[in-house]
Amino acid sequence: MRQLRLLALGWAFHMKMLMRSAFNSLLGVVYPLFFATVAFFMFRAGDDPKPLLYASLGAAVMGIWSTTSTSAGAAMARERWHGTLELLVTAPTHFAFVLLPVTIAMATIGIYSMVATLLWGWLVFGIDVQIGHPVAFVLAIPATVGSIGALGFLLAVAFVRFRQAWALGNMLEYPVWLVCGFLVPLSLFPDWVRPISWVLAPTWGINAIREAALGGSPFADIGMAALLGSAYTLLGILVVNRALRAARTKATLALT
Amino acid sequence: MAVVEAENLRRTYRTTTGTIRRRSLEVEAVRSVSFEIGEGELFGLLGPNGAGKTTTIKMLITLLIPTSGSARVLGHDVVKDAHWVRRNIGYVFGGDRGLYERLSALDNLRYFAELYAVPAREQKGRIAELLELVGLTGREKERVEGYSRGMRQRLHIARGLLHDPPVVFLDEPTIGVDPVGARELRGTISSLTQAGKTVLLTTHYMFEADQLCDRIAVIANGRIVAEGTPQQLKDRVADGSVVEVEVYGIEDAQVESLRTLPGVTSVSVEEREQAQLLVVQTAPGLELTHAILGRLDGVGVGRVTSREPTLEDAYVALVTAP
Repeated sequence: MRQLRLLALGWAFHMKMLMRSAFNSLLGVVYPLFFATVAFFMFRAGDDPKPLLYASLGAAVMGIWSTTSTSAGAAMARERWHGTLELLVTAPTHFAFVLLPVTIAMATIGIYSMVATLLWGWLVFGIDVQIGHPVAFVLAIPATVGSIGALGFLLAVAFVRFRQAWALGNMLEYPVWLVCGFLVPLSLFPDWVRPISWVLAPTWGINAIREAALGGSPFADIGMAALLGSAYTLLGILVVNRALRAARTKATLALT
Repeated sequence: MAVVEAENLRRTYRTTTGTIRRRSLEVEAVRSVSFEIGEGELFGLLGPNGAGKTTTIKMLITLLIPTSGSARVLGHDVVKDAHWVRRNIGYVFGGDRGLYERLSALDNLRYFAELYAVPAREQKGRIAELLELVGLTGREKERVEGYSRGMRQRLHIARGLLHDPPVVFLDEPTIGVDPVGARELRGTISSLTQAGKTVLLTTHYMFEADQLCDRIAVIANGRIVAEGTPQQLKDRVADGSVVEVEVYGIEDAQVESLRTLPGVTSVSVEEREQAQLLVVQTAPGLELTHAILGRLDGVGVGRVTSREPTLEDAYVALVTAP
């Protein structure tokens, strides 16, 4: 019960903090619209509306991933910079319950980017998102957002251990766009890329959303996204104390 | 039973130099530090910047794992029993950092109350009580970014006491705070032991240690060089005398030369605006003013005074000893 309360209050606390910065909020509002615009221009050639819908959904998930990967790194860098990371570590709470609300808050902002992208496509580019399986679509969104949030949590564990790991979050942003097939179909990539795609939850998440929207069979993809998200969370909980111990040994919790 | 025990604590850091040819260096920040703090005692760890105070405190509060040696808080090992130790200690550090500035003091305290497992029904009352203690009642809804350094520091203290820990670690809590704010903070710190808490305070302000601490350990270059009550430390130099000479452009070689003068126990140089103040401590019963001036050949000399030693002189003698 205490853990649930901690997750809920931690989420509210971090959401409040994220939304208090006018500059961050502006970037959060504008970035997904840039992604969407680039994607729409790339796929606009031809009269077939399907590629545009494909791009629209891809851009929506790109926004969720970018928010989570870069912001989780930035959030940990901020905690370290402000000296609050050490205080969080000295709190008598399992550190997973300190980190999870941060990444869940990031993923929540990612949901905005999804809605904004779809609205932008509809209003500016006239893309009408017809959902083939509304129920499956509604299930696919939390499964995708949750699994991406869980991947962000796993990254955050690394960010706690390594001072410069925030750069890893930035570095992973674009490769994941490609490897998970947000904009380009995976069939265009060499075979050796496939196993990397399979272990990344966003691959299954975007498939699930597209299948649900285009009227295919999304349930296996939803299941895989949820399964991988749970695996990331479990792995994060298992390794977080080890990462913390290493950080305490190597003295990387503070800037100096 | 000692509430805090440090036994031969040692901590090294590995650091690298160079860009292409990277070399790894090992820096020894704390070298075999041992001390004990009794129940309800306010114990001061006094030393200059870089002496190892913060590293020692970080090992005691479970943020750093000692390279060797051990430490216990209320009988629990800080490495093996870190979770238990965290539940029973409060940690407050000095400076601007350690707060969520975009949020209010109340937001900060509520969040940490949750992290420190303060029961939900007790949180409101506890936060109000602490805001009153540190004099922030009525300002708690303002964003922390608008707080003065002194207000932030008082908020830090409130945060560190949220879960009512029996042991409190204060790492340079008055650093950078204006004199009035620092005096108020010292009053708050003093009230902690009256409330039955055991306190470890690190500081490099002599008068602060003298005013607040029951016992002081002086740390220099990662080692404890003296330990005792403020009076015991003063007594170490009480029999000698201090010669202060205002000088202009003294060279390091001349300072070294003064150190070799028979009867001189310590030499330090304080930078003043255009001049330097040379402070020479001498052994009891000796009049060395002429001998000192004799070694200042070619140096501009201003006012020369002789006085009784203070606790600060005892401290300077300890931390500048070779």
